[in-house]
Amino acid sequence: MTDTEKLPVQPKRKGLTRRQKRSLSRGIQYAVFVAAVIAFAVSADWGRLRNQFAQVDIAERMFPDVITLALKNTVLFTVTGFAVGLALGMVIALMRLSSVGPYRWLAGIYIEIFRGLPALLIFIFIGVAVPLAFPGTEIIGGTYGKVALALGLVAAAYMAETIRAGIQAVPKGQMEAARSLGFSPARAMVSVIIPQAFRIILPPLTNELVLLFKDSSLVLFLGVTLGERELSKYGRDLASQTANSTPILVAGLCYLLITIPLGFVVRRMEAKAQEAVK
Amino acid sequence: MKSGRTEIRVSALHKSFGDNHVLRGIDLEIGQGEVVCVIGPSGSGKSTLLRCVNLLEEPSGGEVHVGGAELTDPDVDIDAVRRRIGMVFQQFNLFPHLTVTENLTLPQRRVLRRGKAEAARVAAENLRRVGLAEKADAYPSSLSGGQQQRVAIARALAMGPEVMLFDEPTSALDPELVGDVLAVMRMLADEGMTMMVVTHEMTFAREVADRVVFMDGGVVVEDGTPEEVIGRPRHERTRHFLSRLLDPAMADVEEETSDQVGKEP
Repeated sequence: MTDTEKLPVQPKRKGLTRRQKRSLSRGIQYAVFVAAVIAFAVSADWGRLRNQFAQVDIAERMFPDVITLALKNTVLFTVTGFAVGLALGMVIALMRLSSVGPYRWLAGIYIEIFRGLPALLIFIFIGVAVPLAFPGTEIIGGTYGKVALALGLVAAAYMAETIRAGIQAVPKGQMEAARSLGFSPARAMVSVIIPQAFRIILPPLTNELVLLFKDSSLVLFLGVTLGERELSKYGRDLASQTANSTPILVAGLCYLLITIPLGFVVRRMEAKAQEAVK
Repeated sequence: MKSGRTEIRVSALHKSFGDNHVLRGIDLEIGQGEVVCVIGPSGSGKSTLLRCVNLLEEPSGGEVHVGGAELTDPDVDIDAVRRRIGMVFQQFNLFPHLTVTENLTLPQRRVLRRGKAEAARVAAENLRRVGLAEKADAYPSSLSGGQQQRVAIARALAMGPEVMLFDEPTSALDPELVGDVLAVMRMLADEGMTMMVVTHEMTFAREVADRVVFMDGGVVVEDGTPEEVIGRPRHERTRHFLSRLLDPAMADVEEETSDQVGKEP
């Protein structure tokens, strides 16, 4: 006997190796997926679907209004709501981080309430309760002001938590360095901490913008004039006029026209932020 | 002391973090133009002492005076006093979103309300002093640790401080980068800056310091010239610390001693 024959032999495997098992399981997953897609494609009644959702002449009639009016209003509602939410969210985040107890509690209560309520209820509240409580007062900007306020109130709760996390993610040494140079706490926050925090939270804030974009459809609960209709309302109105759902599909595509590029931008920014950390 | 005026006076200073009594009655005076190195084992409270001198840590008891102002007075304008005290951190703490020049100009503009041109002039002048004029437009992340620390020193100098505090300024640096930072500090000392330096660099302490303070367990154990404290230490604790610092490979495994901070309430 030579030395090599005495070496411990690998135990003999029964059946498949781990690698073989893995590729077999992967193969089964693919097969199930393809089978499901085929079953769906065969069983759906495409003729009726096309009739109901893809009437080209109805779709053509929607242009250019769906862009110049509906999409424009959706973007307008979203951007103003985002602006209100950002300003209010910043104030609440700073209150949440304050050393003054009552400020912290107030901010905490605000966040819990507005994060816990469906956006729909906030819209109804703004539309019904505010005019009842303050008769004779008008929210500036009419419907546009109401939407900005309602969307902003909801967004502020989420954004406040995001901004707070961003501020806390800035290393403690930054505040210490600023204070030791003679910055007051407020000035250090504005000049040194918040600019760095915003770099960190840009991706989640953009996500919030996408969420708001979709929530802007809730404006229909405020009651809008023809000129104030946004994508969802516009699509639904046209759908009932024509007794056909094609406008819904077109409105949906218009949402994706904005949200998909925004999603790309967020991923790009996240990758860039990742690179900066390295 | 080089001159009669006392720049920093610390008396009966106490500091606790919860149950942890870190500073147990520190008395220390530093005269104008004096360079004082504070040495001691980790956890001895030397960094806490330094941070109490510009009130980054709130003392639990005692008084701190800098340049005639009492920092421990509850009604003191701390931002105004801090403008006279430059601080250099172990981790540099440059503002990463700003260029080197902007790091130097932002505090001048926002805190001292200097004009754009003057702030830029002072920034360029101080970058030249620390030998980094060519890095004016770089971002901190593209600089080596030693360069970042020199920018941090320049940023503090641009505010025109009367006192400079250094909190282990070379401890986060690769060994070959330490020399550049120490050279800048030596230059400042030669120019007559009042300096309080927490450090482990014994060569720097021996050659540049006017006085060396050895701290252990939250008290000042020894205070004297470098020859006295480093050359002929009188206390066993000082000798023990120095022998471990100068020849770490020869140290024995030892029991934790009870006089280490944090062991007793």
